[in-house]
Amino acid sequence: MNTGEAVVFWICAILAVLGAVGMVVSRKAVHSALWVALTMINLAILYVANSAPFLGMVQIVVYTGAVMMLFLFVLMVVGVDSSDSLIETIKGQRIPAILLTLGLAILLVWGIGSSLTGAPDLGLEDANTVDGGNVQGIARLLFTTFLIPFEATSALLITAAMGAMVLAHRERWIAKPTQKVLSIARFRGTVHPGNLPNPGIYARHNAVDTPALLPDGTPLMESIPAPVRARGDVAPVDHVELDEVKAISEGGTQ
Amino acid sequence: MNPDNYIVLSAILFSIGAIGVLVRRNAIIVFMSVELMLNAANLAFVAFARMNGNLDGQVVAFFVMVVAACEVVVGLALIVTVFRTRRSASVDEPNLLKY
Repeated sequence: MNTGEAVVFWICAILAVLGAVGMVVSRKAVHSALWVALTMINLAILYVANSAPFLGMVQIVVYTGAVMMLFLFVLMVVGVDSSDSLIETIKGQRIPAILLTLGLAILLVWGIGSSLTGAPDLGLEDANTVDGGNVQGIARLLFTTFLIPFEATSALLITAAMGAMVLAHRERWIAKPTQKVLSIARFRGTVHPGNLPNPGIYARHNAVDTPALLPDGTPLMESIPAPVRARGDVAPVDHVELDEVKAISEGGTQ
Repeated sequence: MNPDNYIVLSAILFSIGAIGVLVRRNAIIVFMSVELMLNAANLAFVAFARMNGNLDGQVVAFFVMVVAACEVVVGLALIVTVFRTRRSASVDEPNLLKY
């Protein structure tokens, strides 16, 4: 491992561990998903540094591109605000869990690390060039040595797709309402069935703050848009103005 | 610096994923922790392939990715189904299975 790889390793390793820790400690699931995406991108860079460019690209496309976005979709379905409760269901489970996992980490690092002393570092330069490249080498292995497992994974993918369709399918228990049923429900309901009258049709102005006037001269407040009504911006259509309207309609001048 | 560092990093990431599985109660976060553990194992496979000088480890890591993708699809469908019936994504909620 030369100096450039050491620099890449330390930057990406620190970022990957940071992402993993952030995934565990962040309260909101969406933040966790984004932290995991950070970890996975850094792992992809480490794959490329380990002379596995194909796996690095597949890692970015499959994991950060497909799997994590699928996680985010499901988070949007399940509810973004479904943050974790901090109540322990099993009393005193958290601290022993963390301590035991730290023990597992020490065991793994110490056990595997001590067994790795004097392990070879042959490098993949030969294996990556004998077939013309990393992708060609993996393809030769996939279609010769690992042909049966490779075909089995295709069956697994089809089965997984079928399983997801069956699990996510929801049966319709009541009939879909027809247009006739919807129309009857609308006219039986309490809401105005048609369009509301436009503002200002029978008054002097047709601005939106002028209420329409009914034939007997009373202003119809439903003709004003609700936001304008809520702001209190309704123009006064008092009896003085009604008299003016009457005078104009009877041919008089101002 | 030698490739052992990749193995150590993979062990650390695996342990962090295990902490996530044990400590968190949101099913989706538990699931993401499992994904992190799979990724850590993949890193070990890639590092071992490089140390041994053949591509078998990379092919195994490729298979792990395929199986992980299938697992994510089915697992997330299960989470959505449980959420529809129980209105919760917590792993403590489906304890009706006990009775």
